[in-house]
Amino acid sequence: MNSPLLDVRDLVVRYGPVTAVDRLSFTLDAGETLALNGPSGCGKSSTALAVLRLRRPDGGKVRFEGRELTNLTERELRPLRPRMQPVFQDPYGSLSPRHRIRDAVAEPLKVQGTWNRTDGPARVAELLDRVGLDPSYGDRRPHELSGGQCQRAGIARALASRPQLLVLDEPVSALDASVRAGVLNLLSDLQDDLGLGYLFICHDRAVVRHFADRVVEMRDGRAVPA
Amino acid sequence: MSSEALLSVRDLRVAFGPVEAVRGLSFDVRAREVFALVGESGAGKSLTARALLGMVPRGATTGGRVRLRGSADLAAERGRRITLVPQDALSALSPVHPVGDQLAAAVRSVRRLSRGQARARAVAALDRVGIPDAARRARAYPHEYSGGMRQRAVIAMATVNEPDVVVADEPTTALDEERREQVLRVLAEQREAVGAALVLVTHDLEVVREHADRVLVMYAGRAAEVGPSGHVLGRPRAPYTAGLLASLPQDGPRRHRLPALPGTPPAPDALGPGCAFAPRCPLATAPCRDHEPEARTVDGRLVACHHADDLSDPLREFV
Repeated sequence: MNSPLLDVRDLVVRYGPVTAVDRLSFTLDAGETLALNGPSGCGKSSTALAVLRLRRPDGGKVRFEGRELTNLTERELRPLRPRMQPVFQDPYGSLSPRHRIRDAVAEPLKVQGTWNRTDGPARVAELLDRVGLDPSYGDRRPHELSGGQCQRAGIARALASRPQLLVLDEPVSALDASVRAGVLNLLSDLQDDLGLGYLFICHDRAVVRHFADRVVEMRDGRAVPA
Repeated sequence: MSSEALLSVRDLRVAFGPVEAVRGLSFDVRAREVFALVGESGAGKSLTARALLGMVPRGATTGGRVRLRGSADLAAERGRRITLVPQDALSALSPVHPVGDQLAAAVRSVRRLSRGQARARAVAALDRVGIPDAARRARAYPHEYSGGMRQRAVIAMATVNEPDVVVADEPTTALDEERREQVLRVLAEQREAVGAALVLVTHDLEVVREHADRVLVMYAGRAAEVGPSGHVLGRPRAPYTAGLLASLPQDGPRRHRLPALPGTPPAPDALGPGCAFAPRCPLATAPCRDHEPEARTVDGRLVACHHADDLSDPLREFV
């Protein structure tokens, strides 16, 4: 029996006296979408940050691909980071306004030392094509793209390091309905093709019902019956 | 239709220099109805809302006519007979004055009342929107209110003078579902209580379906379709309305492909001579690319589409 891609046990996240996530547990398999659903302030995004170890949990365990992350140092985490990538809500805010799309997508490759000048540009073009952007968009800056195109660029960047897990924090909440449908279709296709696991944070029930295999309903940092 | 119109808008235009963002909008709002302006970002709905109040941004020029029944000067009615619930409740309130004082000032700006009388009205308005312990809360500052209470305070401010028309500009954007329903309920109750019409600007078709009597679907600064919301959303005749409805996630097999509209809405400075929706429309033919369609009555609503007659079910084209 394979272990799950992500196994979160009794996760606790505190901000001073406030407990944002209170002993939350769930698992996520490769190729599966698990949604965290609940009102503003229920701890969805704090959970995302702790899973990505962008914030150290105050209690509980996070296992990713069978490895316990909780006590790893930043150096020990580094080889794991490419395997788990975030996509954020604000398509413009998550890309530097000064970088061309091409450079934003190439950046993870450069940071991880897998960039090389011969294959790199082709890999970036392939990634843009993969998310439905004409590679000529690589020359543009974020403000020259629509919200939906920008979000696609953000997804291309998340895919650059060949992750197994995408943590999608309200990835379609800022998009208009006609554009949102296209991005949801894209995420579905990518999951089918690449076997990605999605931790999908979303406050919109209709979208969650459409998109997620399973749902963890959250209130005040805890899982509650749906 | 015009005989019952409370607010009548004819050929409204808003332009920034040579670029028109609102391109000839005509509609009537009837007394006590909920009239929704729905569309996606950049369609021009917020600008339209602002134009109804004579509050377009600096640098914008307006054309056409907005008339409020029984009033010669619309600008003079702002805050009195026509009021705004803005999108961002926090920035709509002054941070340096107690909430009750701000409401009382709004009252005294249109009525000759003593401070005490104005204050009593302010407290009553806060009480009406469900602020607990309103007399005490009236003395608190906006930062001492929760987000939900601020939203209610702004609704109280927009209804305290018992206006005929309340314009609410995306009052529920950025709110989660529970808060959204709460705000819409309070808005509906207050509209009922003071007998006002509500112009509800939103991008959310579900909100329209549940709350609006009539709807104007906006695309690229024009009306694609105007009519009773049950009609328009139940049996759309404009391909844009149909495409927008089809792209909503709904119950069905999980992760079925959503019929997404190809492309994105056009920028106002990049419009061709034809129908603005033609580049994304599965029904577009040569005339669509050459002439912008005029609105005409089809099946109990106004539709601006060359193909509105031949198609009984444009929704089918998208699914």
